[in-house]
Amino acid sequence: MQAHYGYKDGSGDYFIIIDTDKCDGCGKCVEACPYGVLELIENEFDIEGGSMARVTEEHRKKIKYTCGPCKPVSGERKLSCVIACEPKAITHSW
Amino acid sequence: MSEKPEEFWRWREYRHTMPDIDWHEAKMVTAGVDIGSVGSKAVVMVDGELYAYSVMRTGGVSEETAIRVMDWALDGTGMKTKNVHYVVGTGYGRVNVPFAKRTITEIACHARGAHYIYGPTVRTVLDIGGQDCKAIRCDERGKVMSFLMNDKCAAGTGRGLEVFADLIRVPIEEVGKASLNVEKEPPPVSNTCVIFAKAESVALLRQGWQKEKVAAAYHLAMVNRIIDLLTKVGIEKDFVVTGGVAKNTGIVARLERNLGIKPLDPKLDPILAGALGAGLFGKALYEKQLGLR
Repeated sequence: MQAHYGYKDGSGDYFIIIDTDKCDGCGKCVEACPYGVLELIENEFDIEGGSMARVTEEHRKKIKYTCGPCKPVSGERKLSCVIACEPKAITHSW
Repeated sequence: MSEKPEEFWRWREYRHTMPDIDWHEAKMVTAGVDIGSVGSKAVVMVDGELYAYSVMRTGGVSEETAIRVMDWALDGTGMKTKNVHYVVGTGYGRVNVPFAKRTITEIACHARGAHYIYGPTVRTVLDIGGQDCKAIRCDERGKVMSFLMNDKCAAGTGRGLEVFADLIRVPIEEVGKASLNVEKEPPPVSNTCVIFAKAESVALLRQGWQKEKVAAAYHLAMVNRIIDLLTKVGIEKDFVVTGGVAKNTGIVARLERNLGIKPLDPKLDPILAGALGAGLFGKALYEKQLGLR
């Protein structure tokens, strides 16, 4: 499942997309994020349970700002969460 | 002499029991309680069939609302909450359902509930609730493939419509119908903020616009915002609308017109989708607990 966390406002689309089928719940992205945007939770979508990563409630409505420092206006973007994720489950929409 | 306050936003609470089902002989009684931001829904399912349901406004204390909505669903059936084998909580207040054995997110529940109401051909579910709007893509088993939620602003939600109904003094149930009563669709109001949308509507009323025309502009703004959200996850047939706003014909007709896809007609009240999904997950979980699956 493609879980979109974030929002759209007058200035654009700000979503972090986590593919829960690829996410194995290892938690490396949680450690890699310097601003604590991600967390591990129990999978509430599937009755089988298991753990999965998601964007915290606290950051969900302001990721444009919290993720800002990782996104330089010019030059190469090295997003630590995307690099840390071995199964490549994380993408950003902006 | 002051005027008695009239509440145009106040929608009717209701409950229903299916007359043909006798729960006494049931093997499996499960329930889903969906505590939303504006409305709370409870459904009781007997052997996987809908038996009783209730819909009421969410009060200040979620725990109390959960107990009240469940008691009301069971009102007159002779059943007590303790007779229900498995209760699943969902919605914003899902952690506050004291008698629920398990909580499942409303996204998974809406997909599952829409699958039950509309059948296995459903691929795109649009849930317009009181405080947010979710676009969900699901597969033929009702499993979520992709979802997107917009809960940053009340523009494009049921609460925005309640505020608007109060502004133009038309009861919430009739606001959608009134908005269709225009010859030509006016340009939409602002759609990024519910406060701005209301402010613009007030300005239009001051300019002498008929309230139906203002309603059309407001509904169109909501629909444009919702379509933006939908295109992000992609729309695939069959398309359905659930949640309280699914009852607003002004929104549904404009979605159909602007998307070019007709949403399926519901066989059951679409506001129940989340609670129905929870009840069905409850059945699956109870079967798992019994070792049946």
